[in-house]
This record gives sequence, structure tokens and C-alpha cells, in this order.
Amino acid sequence: MNLDYSQFFAMRMELLVLAVFLIVFLFDTFASDKGRKATTPLAIICFGLATVAGFFCCGDAVTAFNGMYETSPVISTVKCILNIGAFIVLLQAVNWVDSEDGAIRRGEFFELLFVTLFGMYLMISARHFLLFIIGLESASLPLAAMVAFNKNKYESHEAAVKYIFTAVFSSAIFMMGLSFVYALSGGSLYFSDIADMIATQPNSVMLITALSFVIAGFGFKLSLVPFHLWTADTYQGAPTSVTSYLSVISKGSAAFAFLVVLCQVFGSVYSDVWEWMMYALIILTITVGNLFAIRQRNMKRFMAFSSVSQAGYIMLGIIAANVLGMTSMIFYILVYIFSNLGVFGVIQAIENKTGLVSMDDYKGLHKTNPWLSFAMTLAVFSLAGIPPFAGFFSKILIFTSVTEHESTALYVLVLIALINTIISLYYYLLVVKAMWISPDEPVVPSFRSSCIERFALWICTLGIVLLGIISCVYGTIYCVSDQAAANGFFASLL
Amino acid sequence: MILSNILIWFVIIPMLMLAGLAVCRKMNQIRAVMVVLSTALLVLAGYVCVSFLELRAAGVQDEMLFQGHWTWYAPLNIKLSVGVDGISVLMLMLSAIIVFAGTFASWKIDPLPRNFFLWFALLSMGVFGFFITIDIFTMFMFYEVALIPMYLLIGVWGTGRKEYSAMKLTLMLMGGSAFLMLGLLGIYWHSGPGADGAAHTWNILEIARNNSISTGWQYFLFPMTFVGFGVLGAMFPFHTWSPDGHACAPTAVSMLHAGVLMKLGGYGCFRIAIYLLPQAANDLAWIFIVLTGISIVYGAFSACVQTDLKYINAYSSVSHCGMVLFAILMLNTTAMTGAILQMLSHGLMTALFFALIGMIYGRTHTRDIRKMGGLMQIMPYLGVCYMIAGFASLGLPGLSGFVAEMTIFFGSFEHADMFHRVFVIAATCSIVITAVYILRVVGKLLLGKVQDEHHRQLTDATWWERLSTVTLIVCITAIGCFPNWINETIQQSFIPIMKNLTAAI
Repeated sequence: MNLDYSQFFAMRMELLVLAVFLIVFLFDTFASDKGRKATTPLAIICFGLATVAGFFCCGDAVTAFNGMYETSPVISTVKCILNIGAFIVLLQAVNWVDSEDGAIRRGEFFELLFVTLFGMYLMISARHFLLFIIGLESASLPLAAMVAFNKNKYESHEAAVKYIFTAVFSSAIFMMGLSFVYALSGGSLYFSDIADMIATQPNSVMLITALSFVIAGFGFKLSLVPFHLWTADTYQGAPTSVTSYLSVISKGSAAFAFLVVLCQVFGSVYSDVWEWMMYALIILTITVGNLFAIRQRNMKRFMAFSSVSQAGYIMLGIIAANVLGMTSMIFYILVYIFSNLGVFGVIQAIENKTGLVSMDDYKGLHKTNPWLSFAMTLAVFSLAGIPPFAGFFSKILIFTSVTEHESTALYVLVLIALINTIISLYYYLLVVKAMWISPDEPVVPSFRSSCIERFALWICTLGIVLLGIISCVYGTIYCVSDQAAANGFFASLL
Repeated sequence: MILSNILIWFVIIPMLMLAGLAVCRKMNQIRAVMVVLSTALLVLAGYVCVSFLELRAAGVQDEMLFQGHWTWYAPLNIKLSVGVDGISVLMLMLSAIIVFAGTFASWKIDPLPRNFFLWFALLSMGVFGFFITIDIFTMFMFYEVALIPMYLLIGVWGTGRKEYSAMKLTLMLMGGSAFLMLGLLGIYWHSGPGADGAAHTWNILEIARNNSISTGWQYFLFPMTFVGFGVLGAMFPFHTWSPDGHACAPTAVSMLHAGVLMKLGGYGCFRIAIYLLPQAANDLAWIFIVLTGISIVYGAFSACVQTDLKYINAYSSVSHCGMVLFAILMLNTTAMTGAILQMLSHGLMTALFFALIGMIYGRTHTRDIRKMGGLMQIMPYLGVCYMIAGFASLGLPGLSGFVAEMTIFFGSFEHADMFHRVFVIAATCSIVITAVYILRVVGKLLLGKVQDEHHRQLTDATWWERLSTVTLIVCITAIGCFPNWINETIQQSFIPIMKNLTAAI
């Protein structure tokens, strides 16, 4: 059979990232030592262009390579959102990459980042588990190298080792689950074939085992409790840019891939099996994440546990398993990217200048750096779900989507999630309290952060303030999700 | 065009405040922005009030006037819907008066005046937004907008154990709103079709008209919403945030919080819990009558043994706000009229109390009544104002408190059964207890010998303090002398509510 090369055109988004990767890679390889300084602006400008171009690449729903690969407006939208997030991460990383520690290998950082992004795209678009595994692996293995990027720091190594072990282990578990699925489906790894076979034998023990393994595999990736144990150490040890990348982009893409796998492959056993698995996972994730976050003093560990609990809220969109749930989940990821990167932007600005990352060092920050504290306050409020900031809307909309089911159990779940927002409010307010209320003398001296850092923070702050109030973003996401649903995204659930 | 609706300006003006403050640098500019725009709010509220009455006099019978609807989140049918009836008009008026008085009461706020007014403006935006909207999603959003600035306002500018109090207040109120949110979501998904053909609606009027929430769901949703708003209305046993919060808050924030924010609770219970869930309101009201009855008596007794002026007023607020919820739960027109009167009366007189306490504290640097005495000789103006506030609080005829409490007790006594009678009589006893603690404070603080000789050098009120107090006193007396005017304004609002309630029996 001849390969129709025009099929590659369906992978426009992937090709864009690949092109950026190649440009940076070639430049980094052939440029002189002096010329390498231009790698950073080159990578950022190219990726910025790719991000913009991505918005014009959202074509209709098409499949390619015998149905192994699928793209649709909703998938392109998710990729665009991830692009925006990755772009902000790149902007925030500039200072750190150009510092003495990273300067020799700055090209590698960008290359690894683009490869992982490429892998995430494949993961989202794959409709065949082999392609999915390729995406999953190329999204996680280079990340280990990124985590270990600060090669003079012991913590960075420790973090990388922890990350690589869990990544490999979770892949192994995931593939174990896949092999069961493979046996079950009678020798096919296409999503659609598996879904058809599952529909005919919904309650087999094999299926439940397979599903547990698959969920566990994703659980590690998304750091759902009880698979979250690597999170805090890795987040703390990794360079802050990598931490923010891990916590938003990696998590966001995995969450959407999780939705695709659960709804399209295992959709027919929603109410029988995985609704209850997810139910338990969500309660555990939100509650444990919140309770552990209360005690953290290191900002990066703090954000690690906060992101564990945020992942639980994102999962609510999956358990809703309807158009509103999908829309709200994508919107939540978008808002989460802006809010979390807002917090990390401030953490990074302070860390780059002074090397301080403890919450105690933030005491009295408003006296020396009022704008940084202001940006941090907004971002933290948005994470806690306080109106009029975007986080409020994303939280409420995701709750609304879950309560569309007339099930008492899901109302109880929402109530638990709502009560957890109060716990989370408590620890987010601790940051605000340290910055604004604490009477102690400020530790961080007054400084002016670099232009590009401020630019990145402005993007985040604008996003936080505007995304909720300007409802057309949600409206657009709803349109594409609705289209996906009309094309049978949730068909096997019914 | 959205701006052509007059009500939307209640949100736009605070936004202008925020924008104006963002560019201001000097204290005088900040003051100018605040004074001009809070006066604008007051004028706007007055104008809305007058044109509302004119329209009613001209025979316009719509349940809500000045309505406007703008789609916001189309997939969920969330709209920015505004509209006011007599009750909301009065609440807007009350909020405008207190924001105005609060601006003058924080004339010399320190440190970070700009940030203080930024959060203050955000808080007023939430309050006004809450009273103008008739879409429960938007209403909830404004409700939360009004809550969160409290954390920073108390935490940064407060006194005493401010960090603890700010955190306690925020978490408890937000905890209430968690229950509230669940209740609102339940209401939405069972609301029945909207006027525009959508499957569900957030619009209060449409939900009430459909009245399609099943009894089982009402039993679940009513406690959620009532407790949710009840926390803000300082209902026992969820009142504990109130004394600490009020005691530690700066003057203007105490004023706004006790004066307006706590009314959000009563208004919400009335507008959402009772109106939209009439069946459950009829059947479950007794639970909350017990709780609010306890608030009334318990709050009054607690006030008797406090020595800190702010704590006395905070506990008296618990008692008086309990009266509001208590009256609403009586589910008849007379008592509910009393509830609205009590909201206005309590809002004004507590604001006056807190303003005066702030002024006294600013001079004597203590709020302990054991360390003060004979202030009437030193600052007669403030002393007289304090007495007026006290008399309004204990229900002296001619002032607002008397009208409100009488109406409430008359209305409550319309219920002829044992249960209601017992609780009404218990609640009535609180008048006596109120007289005890008010007269105790007046006697210790204002009359008698001067306790501390240093106090003799203190000065009486300045012009901005006089302006702030006079505004409030005029309003208190106006309500006390001409309650009929208010009665007429709000009467019509009860008709649809009573219709739903009687249909549900």
C-alpha cells in the first residue's frame, strides 16, 4: 500500500512544533560559541510564531494513517492552549537559561521542551495505542533530562531520578493494562475496535483489571493521589521553569488524553466501572493534596501539593463525561495555566534575584516589591477560585457540569470539592498573609525584574482578570466541544 | 446598549473608583475620587428610588422594574440580568448611604490608603452588584466579590488579633458560600425552562414562575441555601466569625460589613431560599426559627458581659440580625415587612455605632469601657450621637428600631400555635436585655466621672466626622418618623412571594 503523503498535512500542529525544534536544533549545532547567545531569542520568536500560526491551523475533523491519528477542532484548541502555556513558560525561563548555570546548554533546554510538547500532541491525537505510547514516552523521558538540568545541584539529580523511576514504572503499568486490553479486543490496538469489544463484554474481570492499570498509569502522570508521591520532591528539586512546565503543560495534556481514553475506549463501562474509580480518586486527590499543602513552607513544594489538588478539580470534568464537562475541563486547564504560571512567574523572579523560595521569605514583600505581590495575590486568588478572577468561573463551571447528572452521589462529590475549596483558600491566603499582613521586616530587597519576566507576568495577570469576564473564550470552547460530541465523542457512553 | 440601563451604573461607578484609584498617587487625589464617586452613588441611588416610586405611582405593576438582560455564558444560559423591586431599591439606598459615610469615616486611613480604598471599592461593587441582579449565578458571583476583600481589609488595616479574625471570618463565610453554591446549582438544574426557550434558567423570576422544583429536592436545597446565606446573617451556631471580625476590622469596614454585608445574608434568604423553595420553607422553617431564636437571645446576653465597645456591638448585631432572619421565617407579610425595616434600621444604626466607636477609639486609644467615663463632658457631640444610636438600638419610638421591632413582633404573633408563640415571646424578651446593655454602656462611657485625666485634652468631632454621622442620624430618624413611606415601597414585593408560599401549603 502506498503512503499518501498528503496525510501528513493533518498533523499541521505537530509539524509546526517539529519545525521549530529543527530550526533551534540546527542553529544550536552549527552556530559559533558567540552566536549561540541568539538561541534563546530565536527559540522564543520561532515558537511565538508557531503559537500564532497554530490558531490558523484548526481545520475540520480528519483522521489520518488508517485512523491512527485524529485531529478535530477541539483537539486543535487544546493544542493551541498548550502552545500558549508553553510560550509563557519559555518567556519565564529566559533569565534562568541565560544565567551561568544554563548558558552552556541552553539549546538543549529548548530542544527537549519542544520534543516533549511534540509527544504530548501525539498523545492527545492518537487513536491507536502504539502511537499513543510513542507520544507518552517522548513526552515523559526528555522531561527527566529537563528536571536534571541544574547539574551542579544535588536536589535536581534526586528529583530527576525520582521522576524517571516513576515515569518508567507508570509506563510499565500502563502497558501492562494495554496488554490486557489487547487480549480482550482480540488483537487490535485501535481505540474504536477496543471500544466495540468492550461494549460486548462490559463486566469481565480482565477489563476491570486492565482499566485499573490504565488509570494508575495516568494517575502517575497526573499525580493523582495515591500515585502522587514523586510530585513534591520532583517539583522542589527541578529548576523552577521545568517545575512550572511539569505542573501545567504536562498535566494539562495528560488530563485531556485521559478524557479521550476513558470516553472513547472505555466509554461503555462509565457507570459500571470507572465512574466509581474516578469518584474515589478525585476525593482522595483533592483532600490529600489540600491537607498536605497546608504544612508546606517551601513555595515549590507548596505549589506541588496545590497542583495535586488542582488536578483533582480537573478530573471533575472527566467524571461529568458530557459536553459541558469537556468544555469546562478545557477551560479549567486554560485558566489553570495562566494562574499557575502567574504564581511561578513571581517565584522565579524572586528566586533568580535572591535564590529565596521559602514562604517565610515572602514576608512583607509588598513593601519592597508591590507589583510582584500584587501579581501573586491575583494569581493565588484565581487558584483559590475567588471572583472576579478567572479561577472562580472555571471552578463553578466545572461544578455545574458535574451536577448536570441527577445523581445524589455526584452532588455529594461536588459538596466535598466545594468544602475543599475552603481548605485550599486557607493555604492560599497564607501566601497573601505573608506578603501583605505579616509585620516582619521584608527579606527580599527591592528589585526590578527583567523586561521579559514582567511581560510574561502581564500576560498571566491579564489572562486571570479577563478570561472569566470575557465569556467568548468559554463559548468558543463550547462550540468545538459540542462539535466533537456531535461527531460521537461520547457516543459509547450512551 | 448595556450602559443605557440605569442599574448597571451601580457596578460601573465602583469600577470607575477602581480605575481612578489605580492612577492616583496623592492622598488628596484618592480622597477626591472616593468622595466624588461615592456621592455619585448616593445620587444615583436617590434617583433610582424616586423614579421607581414614580413608575409605581403611574401604575406600573411589573414585579421588577428597570430590567435588563444580557447573555453572558450562552452555553449555560448565564445572563447578567438586572432588575429591582421595592426591597432592592431600599437596599441600594442603604448601601449608598453607608459607602458614603464609610468614605468619610476612613478619611485618615493609614498605611497604604490607596490599597485600602481599592479593596473598599471592590467590596462595594460586590454589594451593589448583588442587590441589582436577578440572575442567581451573577448574584453569587457578586456575593463572593463582596466577601474576599474583607480578608485584606481586616488583615492589613485591622487592630488586635486581626490575622486570626480575618482568616476566621473569610473561611467561615466562604464555607457558607460552599453550601450556597451547591444549593444554587441544584436550583438551576431543576429550574424548568426559561422564557427564552432554554432548558434551564438562572433567572429568579422565571424559576419562581415555573415553581417546578420537586419537594424532595426542595428539602435538600433549602437548608443548603438558607445556611449558606444564614452564615453571613450571623445565624447561631455560625455566628462566631462576627464578633471577632467586627472587633478587629477598621472603622469603615465594620460599618460596611455590619451595615450592608450582613444584610446580604437576610436578603439572600428572603430572595432565594424562601421565594424559590416555598414548599420546603413552609415545612422546614421551624428548624431555623429555633436557631435564629437562639441567636436573638444569646447575642443579647453575650453583649451584656462584654467590655470592649466593638464586641458589644458585634454581639448586638448577632441579636438584631437574628431578628431579621427570624422575621423572614415567619412567612407572612407583616413580619417580612418588619424584617426589611429591621435590615435598614440595623444597617444604619450599626454603621453609626461603629463610626462613633472608631472616632472614640481614635481619640482615647482604648475601647475598654472600664477605662473610659464621662466622655459626654469632653466630646458632647459624639456623646449625643452615641446616645441616639443607643436609643435606636433599644427601640425608642421615633427612631427606626422601634418601628422595625414592633412590626416584627406583631407579624410573628399572627401565628397562633404554641411553638411560634413561645419563640416570639422569647425573642421579645431580647428588647429588655438590649436595654440593659445599651444603658450600661451609655452610663459607663458617657456619663459619670472622667476616668482618665488625659482624656480631658481630647477634641470633639471634626467636619468629616460630623458629616458622616449626621447623614446616618437623619436617615434613622426619617425611618422612625415616616415608616409608612417604606412600607408602601416594599408592599408590592411580597405579593408574588406570598402567592408561592400559600400555594405550597
